[in-house]
Amino acid sequence: MTIAVNPTQSGEPIFYLADEHPHPEGWSTSLGFWIYLMSDCLIFAILFATFGVLGGNYAAGPAPKDLFDLSLVAVNTSMLLLSSITYGFAMLTMAQNRIGQTQMWLAITGLFGAAFIGIELTEFAHMIHEGATPQRSAFLSAFFTLVGTHGLHVTCGLIWLVTLMVQVWKFGLIEANRRRLMCLSMFWHFLDVVWIGVFTFVYLLGVLR
Amino acid sequence: MNTDTHAAHADHHHHDDHAHGTFSTYLLGFVLSVVLTAIPFWLVMGGALPSKQITALVIMAFAVVQIVVHMIYFLHMSTKSENGWSMMALIFTIVMVVIALSGSLWVMNHLNSNMMPIHEMTGMK
Repeated sequence: MTIAVNPTQSGEPIFYLADEHPHPEGWSTSLGFWIYLMSDCLIFAILFATFGVLGGNYAAGPAPKDLFDLSLVAVNTSMLLLSSITYGFAMLTMAQNRIGQTQMWLAITGLFGAAFIGIELTEFAHMIHEGATPQRSAFLSAFFTLVGTHGLHVTCGLIWLVTLMVQVWKFGLIEANRRRLMCLSMFWHFLDVVWIGVFTFVYLLGVLR
Repeated sequence: MNTDTHAAHADHHHHDDHAHGTFSTYLLGFVLSVVLTAIPFWLVMGGALPSKQITALVIMAFAVVQIVVHMIYFLHMSTKSENGWSMMALIFTIVMVVIALSGSLWVMNHLNSNMMPIHEMTGMK
């Protein structure tokens, strides 16, 4: 850290840092990304709070008991959980520089993620077909907003995953790609954490109510 | 060139600080998550507990435990990561989330009970 005196200023000297001490590229990325995830967490908290307040307002429409198929939700949950562990394996093989296996585990993660989105969209389509649209009641508006936002995050994660697979395929496991895969790992596991809240508070407690 | 090697070295160091976990910690986290997911589903679908309120409390407790398991085994949270700044950010977020959730539910619940039909309000002075 060097301190320079600006000579052009007459009278008292002005001290300032001539240059910040150098940081390696991406040194603060994981903390910055973590702070992004925390802000994302606040978005989900507000949507959960909205669902908590409005979740019982059925407007004489369908209730969770009539709509939710818990065995389907259980399958969906296991898809996301399996994708979490396969992403973990991708990170482990990445640490060992085994690029082929990393790509394979990333692809498997993507397939589980796609299965999750597919099942969720099927469920939404089924509900909308039965007349349980977001416009039907406050409960359904809050439900579609919360679960839809999570689904949108997973979709973005899938697009990001495919992008990174292309990056790794073209440039290999370079430092930048390792950092990106690390960020996506945090994002993916974070979405699984949010899903724990969704299946507990929306589906299980909804059916109990 | 010099900066590149410096960066590579520093990143490598950085890399070491972040334990990615091992195969066994990932597997342990996964098995714990499966158990912690399966039990709440079984409790609700099978109706194993006598009262709905007890079931609700138990599955919420399972959710909290599972979130902690995910944080430790999948997100590798510890008080040491990023010199404790990730933990600071997490604690701040948890405080905000608790205020937002409990505050919303509490206030709106009060609002609901104060918006009861008139005949129930007359005796409330």
